[in-house]
Amino acid sequence: MDIIMTRRELLKAMTAAGLGLALTGYAGPALKKLMAEELARESNTPVIWLQGQGCTGDSVSLLNTVHPDIAEVLTETINLQFHPTVMASAGESSLQMCERAIKDQKGKFVLVVEGSLPLGADGHFCDIGETAGKPVSCIQWMKRLGPAASAVLAVGTCAAFGGIPAGKPNPTQANSVSQILPNATVINIPGCPAHPDWIVGTIAHVLLFGIPELDEHKRPKAFFSKLVHENCERRSYFEEQKFAKDYGDEGCLFELGCKGPIALCDAPIRSWNNKRNWCCRSGGPCIGCTQPTFPEHEGSGLYGCLPLSKTEGIPWARREEFAKTRS
Amino acid sequence: MATKVKIAPVTRIEGHLSIEAEVENGKVASARVAGEMFRGWEIILKGRNPLDAQQITQRICGVCPCCHAQASSLALDAAFDVHPPDNGRILRNLMLGSNFIQSHILHFYHLCALDYVDVTAILKYKGKDRKLNKVKKWAGGEVASGRWNALAPFLPRFKGDYIEDTELNIACVAHYLEALEMRRKAQEALAIWGGKMPHEIAIFPGGASERPTVDKIASYLSYMKELQSFVDNVYVPDVLAVAKAYKQYFKIGKGCGNLVAYGVFETNNEGTQKFIGSGTYIDGKVAALDASKIAEYVGHSRYSSASGRHPSNGETVPDANKKEAYSWLKSPRYEGAVCEVGPLARMGVAYLSGSNEKAKKLVADALKELGADVSDLFSVLGRHAARALECKLVADACAEWILQLKPGQPVHTKFEIPKEGAGMGLTEGPRGALGHWIRIKDSKIDLYQCVVPTTWNCSPQDDQGKSGPVEQALIGTPVADPENPIEVLRVVRSFDPCLACAIHLVDGEGKTLQKFRVS
Repeated sequence: MDIIMTRRELLKAMTAAGLGLALTGYAGPALKKLMAEELARESNTPVIWLQGQGCTGDSVSLLNTVHPDIAEVLTETINLQFHPTVMASAGESSLQMCERAIKDQKGKFVLVVEGSLPLGADGHFCDIGETAGKPVSCIQWMKRLGPAASAVLAVGTCAAFGGIPAGKPNPTQANSVSQILPNATVINIPGCPAHPDWIVGTIAHVLLFGIPELDEHKRPKAFFSKLVHENCERRSYFEEQKFAKDYGDEGCLFELGCKGPIALCDAPIRSWNNKRNWCCRSGGPCIGCTQPTFPEHEGSGLYGCLPLSKTEGIPWARREEFAKTRS
Repeated sequence: MATKVKIAPVTRIEGHLSIEAEVENGKVASARVAGEMFRGWEIILKGRNPLDAQQITQRICGVCPCCHAQASSLALDAAFDVHPPDNGRILRNLMLGSNFIQSHILHFYHLCALDYVDVTAILKYKGKDRKLNKVKKWAGGEVASGRWNALAPFLPRFKGDYIEDTELNIACVAHYLEALEMRRKAQEALAIWGGKMPHEIAIFPGGASERPTVDKIASYLSYMKELQSFVDNVYVPDVLAVAKAYKQYFKIGKGCGNLVAYGVFETNNEGTQKFIGSGTYIDGKVAALDASKIAEYVGHSRYSSASGRHPSNGETVPDANKKEAYSWLKSPRYEGAVCEVGPLARMGVAYLSGSNEKAKKLVADALKELGADVSDLFSVLGRHAARALECKLVADACAEWILQLKPGQPVHTKFEIPKEGAGMGLTEGPRGALGHWIRIKDSKIDLYQCVVPTTWNCSPQDDQGKSGPVEQALIGTPVADPENPIEVLRVVRSFDPCLACAIHLVDGEGKTLQKFRVS
């Protein structure tokens, strides 16, 4: 019986069998052209990763992804077409990867932005390359790439909400991605930095199912729907009013300024760095880095205590278990 | 006839940098290095709770956050008049040390290797390693596709004199992949004490917050042994192999020839003794560090404020349109001298002053193996070698320090935030000497100033027109093809630039600080 395949399926099967390269050597011009066209459509989703006023922390965090590891992400999930921290080319030839995205990949690439965007100095508090001898601001790049992208991921609190560069008095007029691209489909993946699972998980969702369910601040509900205080392993201390008085003490970290009661973040469940640890477990109070209010937190700053009223009415995931052991 | 070579953006560094070089008769005749981003950290810190400083300054850089937490905590220790207990001091050193290891591995493999290694050699791999065959298959499919973005981010790339030995190339590709895993593990080891990385959450003025227990100690030691094995058997040998393949780079990228090190890894709680010591090497002479000799100039920097101030007394008002200015970086100088900071400065000062026996031996042995002499240290390869050797030094030290932790003993000394106070914290980041200065008034931050490694290295010309270290290192660099200036990038990347660190600040006052304790 004949096996009926489209030419595309045949090429896919041959490439999977490792014959792609061998075929190039033997293919006649017509087949070569077909291969180029067909296989071009099989590329992993191209990603343009732009850096504004960032610290590269979100990129470093992504490098820490465990399963899938970063090699797998780069070869099986995305085609990282532009990323200044790791790409081979530099200068003009690297920027061509952005130019071609705008020209040839409209609606087919994902724009990831790390870092805030400064409107001050006409945008020139953050420049990337130049055109005709004049510096081009990161914001100018964003205004061309944003409308051409299928989706825009604002990775890290700086890109999502402005973050520390936008801290009082915001000397460079740092803005979030949503403020610079009000009409784009933006997903915010905050965190300072963002957890690698949140980044990879969101990209996976976008590629497989489209835009995930988002909260009012455009954060994927899958990762940002429970307060740290709901799931913190020190919660029983809070319930018993046993507070740490100094760093390194047992007890709830509320009196040391913990922002757990206002921070939506699943770190208490997920942990950090291959489950080695997370903020409150290490004795470091939560600083609310996934929140739009970071780092001001309405006057509390990072280590000023929240008003006790902020802790009222917050459910405790393990309350029932705790109640059982006490009765 | 001079050809202008402009590279904007420079990639495979941290942050935003551009280079402009004049190439005459096939060599760089002059160069300008420019930082292209500004945020204003000190304005943001002013008026805040002093405790916020060590977390906020960490966000200056996501590749080397720990050194800022350390410098800030040391400055706050001084301002609060408090010292960490043994455990707290050791925990800080372990966290900072782990990040040195992560940063150095990342730098050589993921930021620099692509300048030397021909990664397409993987297509010729004939062995049975599953990981390599997976990458080979991916690469083959990419190349066969003929797509313009095939093999991103490893292509496109500049044409150049890449390594030709297929076996060496394939080994380097395998090591690039292994190094991805190793640097991730270095961050996991750090997180055992730091809570998370990047941006650990468990370093504070007065010490740290995570408590040592035997299981955590055992786990950290296990990670460190794996990292030591990688550094000894893969990283250091790879640097030596690349050095042997590119011997001419011992004579390229000399730079200013002056070194400054503040020292790092306190060995006593008062912070007056360090594992890697402080010192300077200027105009061929070794001398003790005198922090009062540091000043920042803004002659060609985009600031309209006073030039030549000591950081404790510094002032910065940004001026985006200042004529004669071409960079957001200031120009730190030591008694007016242009100085380089980083692993070369630390290992160089240690070697030349004899202040650290282990460092001295590592450098001496490497020079012998490479058939190089001391002057060859001041070069592209000298910097890579110093970094790799320092990585070994620090990994071996961390494996010892971990066993000095005492479960059950305090990790933190309680403090009170004073109404008034001042402090200075001098330490080292992976990229070089780092200083933080704080002044407190009404229990709030009144002045905060950082002078960071890359500001020293990537500084523009100062008021006297003296070029910064990278600018000087570029002079004389042979450029075979101005359209493919790979040689220029090899020189720049040997400094491991971190631009977010270099341009973070602005600050305010003109008053002299009353006192500050030298850490």
